[in-house]
Amino acid sequence: MTAVLEARHLSKTFPARDGKGVVRAVNDVSITVGEGETLGIVGESGCGKSTLARMLLRLIEPTSGEILFLGEDLLALGPSGMRARRRDIQIVFQDPYASLDPRMSVAQIIAEPLDIHGIGSRAERREKVRALLDLVGLDQGAGGRYPHEFSGGQRQRIGIARAIALEPKLLVLDEPVSALDVSIQAQIINLLDDLKGRMNLSYVFISHDLSVVQHVSDRVLVMYLGRVVELGPAQQVLEAPLHPYTQALVSAVPEIDPQQRKARIILPGDPPNPEHIPPGCAFHPRCPKAIGICKTDMPVARNGETHSAACHLL
Amino acid sequence: MNDGALLDVDGLTVGFNTEHGFIRVVEDVSFAIAPGETLGLVGESGCGKSVTAQTVMRLLPSPPSRIDAGRILFDGENLAAVPERRMRRIRGDRIGMVFQEPMTSLNPTQRIGAQIAEPLMLHRAMGHAAARAEARRVLEQVGIGNAERRLDQYPHELSGGLRQRVMIAMAIICGPKLLIADEPTTALDVTIQAQIMALLQQLQKDLGLAILLITHDLGMVAELCRTIAVMYAGRIVETGPASAVFKGPRHPYTAGLLASSPRRVSKGERLPSIPGLVPPPGLRGIGCSFADRCSRVTERCRTELPRLAAVESHAAACWNPVS
Repeated sequence: MTAVLEARHLSKTFPARDGKGVVRAVNDVSITVGEGETLGIVGESGCGKSTLARMLLRLIEPTSGEILFLGEDLLALGPSGMRARRRDIQIVFQDPYASLDPRMSVAQIIAEPLDIHGIGSRAERREKVRALLDLVGLDQGAGGRYPHEFSGGQRQRIGIARAIALEPKLLVLDEPVSALDVSIQAQIINLLDDLKGRMNLSYVFISHDLSVVQHVSDRVLVMYLGRVVELGPAQQVLEAPLHPYTQALVSAVPEIDPQQRKARIILPGDPPNPEHIPPGCAFHPRCPKAIGICKTDMPVARNGETHSAACHLL
Repeated sequence: MNDGALLDVDGLTVGFNTEHGFIRVVEDVSFAIAPGETLGLVGESGCGKSVTAQTVMRLLPSPPSRIDAGRILFDGENLAAVPERRMRRIRGDRIGMVFQEPMTSLNPTQRIGAQIAEPLMLHRAMGHAAARAEARRVLEQVGIGNAERRLDQYPHELSGGLRQRVMIAMAIICGPKLLIADEPTTALDVTIQAQIMALLQQLQKDLGLAILLITHDLGMVAELCRTIAVMYAGRIVETGPASAVFKGPRHPYTAGLLASSPRRVSKGERLPSIPGLVPPPGLRGIGCSFADRCSRVTERCRTELPRLAAVESHAAACWNPVS
């Protein structure tokens, strides 16, 4: 499988609020996205998943690391080179209410990337907008209307149309269905699935919802406090997790079918503040299985039978 | 009328005065909760579940809201008809409340201890020191360690999970018989949600609390509630023992919701989705509000409103129920 995107040892630190320390939002994360692949990224608030997503497009500049897009080093590109490359890497945000300009008509919103990149004549762009509306399941009349006239699910369709207008190769989807009701969520997931096949897209799909991630992803990466704790094929990671954090996460999801219900592992406390990441394994203060070494030594990723996890107990 | 029910909501219709006239958002909603029981009121955005809960608490300003019809019998007293003065004695005393976003329900300028103790000083005329001691005890009961120190902290110093525990402490400090929990874990991460769910279950057992749980999360209802009522476009469309409804949903909306959960569908397969959108209040038509999105729609569905009727193990409001 050819890699569309390869990020190596990405880190991002922000200055802490007190002005003295640093917040390690993302810490030495490496990912690969194959052509036509969906890589799911899961984790809870503050785990660094959204920072990671934004770094992939250089919406946030990494503190260190490397990002290769089809072999080209993105971090070596100047502003105009990066702008040109963004044709190929686009992002869809969680909140379609906040990410669409309320003063622009839907047709203008969808045409904006085409205008910026100077693609086609005016008539061709108009035709392209028509085709995009059709592709994302909006009727032609939608083009002349404004974002506030649409429901959440329809707004997310608008955001997706804008993101695919330039026919990118990679879409970063940051919680694309988290703000939507479950019946609408299914519509959008199906749409993303259709588009992926039709346009030969690869996805980085970020979500806190494990069932959504399991449904859409080929491989899944689990983050905790800025680091990757587990990585592997979606089914293996979410059905036979190796890391105690993933195990707790999976067990915590409320389950409708009593027969599918797993023994719940309830983690004590809250995830620590990323300004004060515990030494050793960052998960050890909450880990039900922690042993001596977990408090002092940081675990490196080890391969299990099916996939890898960063845990001393493997 | 359900004998022995702690809360018996009967034919509740609630609407708002708008520039387009009076628009009903909750219509003819009936349900009952026995002492110590849990009922899950579920549905998607705009279905009226929160308006129902807030009406039971009489928290909606009137005008513009108005109870158009129905009764809310709580311990034999019709809350739909009592004056605000009386309601203030019940709220926070015999009925506790927990909301989705603890940060907006807690006073940011007041220490935790003072906020938790307030219902006791208000409803029980308890003195400052006694109320503080009781606040400390309840904080420990809801699983907050280091309670003495927490009493002197401000809400912003706590994590989301701890803030929700503080909300629960406030809600139960007067020993209510009923707890209304409106999306109590929706703003929380899943591992913290698991903690709060376990806490609610524990409190229910220890205190014999009845809980009205408002949520969009069917999994949560399945784990916490004995009874479920599914709302769609302002009405209850299916209700009964949660296990029966989940095992054999009869209303096409409930069936569609259950089927569209990505958990049940393997990768590569399309998720069954419900086409279209929920009709907004005021444009719900005379028949079944789900008719335009329903794959089982018949002529009758568009002209005649289906009422809740028995379907073996439970009840559904549908002219052509799923078999």
